[in-house]
Amino acid sequence: MHQFTIEPLFGSGGWELAGYNIAFTNSALWMAISAIALWVFMFGGMKRELVPGRWQMAVESFTGFVDDMLEANVGKAGRKYVPYIFSLFMFILFANLLGLMPLGVVGVHPFTFTSHFTVTGVLAIMSFSIVLIVGFWKHGLHFFSLFVPQGTPLPMIPIIFPIELISFLVRPFSLGLRLFVAMMAGHVLLEVLSSFVIDGMNAFSSGIGPVVGVLSFILMIGICALEILVAGIQAYVFALLSSLYINDAENLH
Amino acid sequence: MPQIAQILETWSSQVFWLLVVFGAVFFVIGRGMVPRVMDNIGMRDKQIADDLAAAQAARDAADEQEDAWRKRENENRAAAQALVHEAKAKAATSAEAKLATVQAAIDTQAAEAEARIAAASHAAAAEIEAVASEAAQDIVARLAGVKVTKSVAGAAVKKAMMANG
Repeated sequence: MHQFTIEPLFGSGGWELAGYNIAFTNSALWMAISAIALWVFMFGGMKRELVPGRWQMAVESFTGFVDDMLEANVGKAGRKYVPYIFSLFMFILFANLLGLMPLGVVGVHPFTFTSHFTVTGVLAIMSFSIVLIVGFWKHGLHFFSLFVPQGTPLPMIPIIFPIELISFLVRPFSLGLRLFVAMMAGHVLLEVLSSFVIDGMNAFSSGIGPVVGVLSFILMIGICALEILVAGIQAYVFALLSSLYINDAENLH
Repeated sequence: MPQIAQILETWSSQVFWLLVVFGAVFFVIGRGMVPRVMDNIGMRDKQIADDLAAAQAARDAADEQEDAWRKRENENRAAAQALVHEAKAKAATSAEAKLATVQAAIDTQAAEAEARIAAASHAAAAEIEAVASEAAQDIVARLAGVKVTKSVAGAAVKKAMMANG
């Protein structure tokens, strides 16, 4: 669990803004590293050549991917959300992947800030606020008709409305918690398995210890691959659900 | 679980730095770089579409020109054939006319020659008559000792010759 501990860096533990602590922590450091890595990645694709090289092709395929996703889920109006969804998707993706880097080998301990619900919660609230703002801006109070699906019989409305309202209000929680839980569970699983490997090898003379250690190590290799997949999938799910919710606000039904 | 154990001391710094960093990502990368990358993609797609359209237009123009050329070629061929026809017909008529005049000349020549032959044969016949009548006068004078006048001898010769054909 130590890997999730937040520690102020560079003696910034006492930094305050309007009475709130804003220490530059290892979490903040890895946010900055993710942002810089993302910037470097994007900068490599900014050559704007007519015939793209490999790097430019990679960057363009990511922007094209987000563009297509919004086009498919929201339609033509989805184009204006590309900057937000792209930032969200790439920022989470880089955070997830950087958190999985085996940098502990060289003594640097990566910190996965997406395994903190304070972070994923803020990202979820941001998406949810955009949905609320766009929804009420575009449709006014008519936005409440989102909670009454088309073709609902009149006597059903008093029952359906609260159900739909609650499922709508739960969205930011499910959105934030899903990413937090997936990242945290993956890291805990890897930690547990690696402790099996180490303890098993330490109990070499017991006979069963090395067997457990080797089996756990083989399993761990598979789980590592799975975690890389999960890192991508969770970033995708976050971006996809955000765009689906934006579609509700944009097109209402 | 540090996420919960530390929440009271860390939530404000987490939220603050996330907003700062994500804000920077959104404005610098999302608003700054992504539209340019997408513009570039759009520009490339447009250029490809334009090139394709230009190629299609060039192809259409080529087809049109080929059609026009084919049409012109057919017209030229037809005109040439008509010209050949006319020349042939003209040659045929002029040959006919020439043949006709030549034929007429030959006919008259032949007629003249026939007339001449006829005249010559008449003259020859007359001479033969004259010679024959003189010979008859002579023969009669020698054999019978009768003097026959030239006209009587001539009549007799004429009679004999008529009888012999």
